[in-house]
This record gives sequence, C-alpha cells and structure tokens, in this order.
Amino acid sequence: MALVNLDQVHKYYGDLHVLKGIDLKINKGEVVSVIGRSGSGKSTLLRCMNGLEQYQEGGIVVDGKEVTTEDIQVRQLAMSVGMIFQNFNLFPHMTVGENIMLAPTIVLKKPKYEAERIARAMLEKVGLGEKFDSYPEKLSGGQQQRVAIARALAMNPKVLLCDEITSALDPELVGEVLKVLEQLAKEGMTLILVTHEMNFARDVGNRVVFMHQGKVWEEGDSNTLLSNPQTDELKQFIGAVL
Amino acid sequence: MIEFSNYDILRNLLFATQWTILLSLAAFIGGSSVALTLTALRLTRNKVVHSLIRGYVELFQGTPLLMQMFLCFFGLSMLGYEISAWGAAILSLTFFTSAFLVEIWRGCIDTLPKGQWEASRCLGMSFLQILRYIILPQAIRVAVAPTVGFSVQVIKGTALASVIGFVELTKVGTMLNNATFEPFKVFTLVAIIYFLLCYPLSLYSKVLEKKFNGSR
Repeated sequence: MALVNLDQVHKYYGDLHVLKGIDLKINKGEVVSVIGRSGSGKSTLLRCMNGLEQYQEGGIVVDGKEVTTEDIQVRQLAMSVGMIFQNFNLFPHMTVGENIMLAPTIVLKKPKYEAERIARAMLEKVGLGEKFDSYPEKLSGGQQQRVAIARALAMNPKVLLCDEITSALDPELVGEVLKVLEQLAKEGMTLILVTHEMNFARDVGNRVVFMHQGKVWEEGDSNTLLSNPQTDELKQFIGAVL
Repeated sequence: MIEFSNYDILRNLLFATQWTILLSLAAFIGGSSVALTLTALRLTRNKVVHSLIRGYVELFQGTPLLMQMFLCFFGLSMLGYEISAWGAAILSLTFFTSAFLVEIWRGCIDTLPKGQWEASRCLGMSFLQILRYIILPQAIRVAVAPTVGFSVQVIKGTALASVIGFVELTKVGTMLNNATFEPFKVFTLVAIIYFLLCYPLSLYSKVLEKKFNGSR
C-alpha cells in the first residue's frame, strides 16, 4: 500500500467546494510537487493530509492511519508526518536548540540528552550546527526555515509536507533551503511540496500534480509533464510562471 | 468636638490606606484567579462555554461597579445571606476585575499567530502541552503591561467600597471631613495618596510595555 492514499476527497468551506474528489497515491521515497494557481486548493489538500483541515467526504490514509482532525489522531499522525510552513512558525521564545528538542522530549518522551543529541545532529544536517543557542529572531529567513526543517526531522517523520516553504524568502535565500530538500530527497525522504519552484520540481521531483479548480487536472512524471503539458490550463500555467 | 491636627489627619489617612491596599490586592488576586480559569475555559472550542463567558463579561463590564457592590451587599442580605461590607467589596471587585482581565488576556492570546498552534499540533503536542510550552509563555509577556496598567483601575475602584460602609481611604476621608469641615485639605491628601499608589504602577506598566515591545 502506498504511504499516502487519498480516495475521492471532498472539502467544502461552507458553500465553497474547494476539493472536488481528489485521488492520489504517493509511495515511499517519492518527491511530489503540487503546483497550480492560488485558490486551486493545493495548500488545502496538503493541510488535509495531516488533519489541520477537515475534509467532508472520501478518505485519507497516511502510513496506514486514517487521517481525521480528532486531536488524538492528529497527535498519532504527527509521528509519521512532518510539516513545514511558509512562515516558519518557529517558537520565538525558545532557542533554536529548544525549538527542536521540545517535541522529542514532551511528545516522544525521549530523555533530554537523547533529544539534544538528535537536535544537534539535525541542525548539523541543515548546515546550522553552530546556531544551537541562537534565538530565531537572530537568524535570516533561510536559516529559520532550515531550523523548521530540522525541527520536523527530529520527530523522524516518514513524510514531510512542505507548504510553499520558499515563498516568504528573499530570492537569494531560496537556494539554501532547496539544497536541504534536495539532500533529503537523495536520502530517500518522501516529500510532498506545494511550490512555485518549477526548476526544483523538474530537477529534484519525481512527479508533478497540477491542481486546477479543486481537481487534479493533470499529473505525471515531472520532466514529461512540464516539458509536454497536455491540457490548456497547464500550458497556460507553465507559460505564466516560467 | 475633638481637634484634629494635620498630623492626625495624615496618620488616620495612612492607616486607612492599608485597607485600600489590602482590598486592592484581594480583588486583584481574586479577579486574576477567576479570569485565569475563564481564559482557559474560553480556549476550549465549546460554544456554550463561550456564550456563558461572553455574558459574564458583558454583564460586569456593562453595569456600574457601584451597582454591583450594592447588589452584592444589600441584595445578598435581602436574600438572607449575611455578608460584611468587606466580603461584598471583595466579591464585587473580583467580578469586576475578572470581567476585564479575561478580555485583556484573550486579546493577548489572540495576538499570537495561528501558526504557533498549527506548528505545535503538527509536532504532536496535546492541547495542554501547547498551552503550557508555547502559548502561555508568549502570551504572558504580552499581558504583563496591560495587566499592571489595569491594576490602577482596581485601586481606584476600591474607593466605591466606602459607599457600602467599608472603612478604607475614601471612607476615612469623608469621616475626617465631617469632623474637621476642611474638605479641601482632607480630599487633596486623599487624592495625593491615591496618586502615589497608582502612578508608580502606570509608570511601571509603560516601562514593561517598552521592554517587551523592544525585544519582539
């Protein structure tokens, strides 16, 4: 069974039909880029996958667990699914080290020395080993986002959801974050990204999902899809962003 | 008729000031405890609880403190509950204080970005863990300045307890005025004492505001 399974997922905001029957299977180790215009439902789709948003019909199963917004389920799911946000969402009152150590300590109940070992290793991995004792506000946006990645990795997730994680960054800082993602992809991490970085989607991603009007409009191998789009909507979209 | 020297007036006023301070502290502690409970209840997504707290806040913010004191003092005794002026004053000031603090604190919690809750949830923390480790430490920093600022209102509010016969600074001021017929002197002194109690607090509140705004 695939790591992430979406079966005819529908979501409404009141009368607004945001997701109109999404079917999607994502296997372990895949790097899937979800692209589309704003309002096409791509962020909502991602947020349904870890219970941040409720869906009304269909089913989502991640790592063998049914996804709901029930508190207990979301917490269980957090063991398998990490999420990184556009605005980093680091905890500003804690140092970088404390940010990363918190969840392993209080959620996974790891002893402090173990949590610290993990935190240092993860920071090393994102190239910020020397920032353990810094406060987030002292870091650049790119560094903050790398800390957020390290924080998610410390929970040892099976899949990472990335919600436009380079959109709030200055252009010169985008590269350092994408490099970390590329490294993770090489190590076999399953990544699902909502992104506008077409080059990254083509070069690092295996698969592209193009969303339009709440549906998966077109999907397939990233190289093929981006160089040879089938639908007019995707052609237009690619024309607009490239 | 007894003669009151200036020294006597001041001595009596300062003695009464103790009761004003004590009543303020009691009201503040009582009000904070109630407000803390209500703030925590408000964070749960229960609609009934929300409306009840909403009603509580509207009721005590929307009626004069003096009426609340009258109702606590005379109303409760008419219902057969014997209550002292001291008890009625504390009770009504607790309602009053908590109704304002719960709003102030809710505002402080609401200023925190929604992303803080979401990120914490995604890391698998429980509601109580999120409150304890993420929300409260940040909200408290924001809340200290307006809370200290509001304590000034509590101190001034205690003056109303004189009307139901609680002997604190204002009450002793009225009594001294009746005995000396020197309202200008007596009430000027009373005002100065209130000012000396309140001004350092509002000053401190401003310092705190600057401090926390600067570091964020």
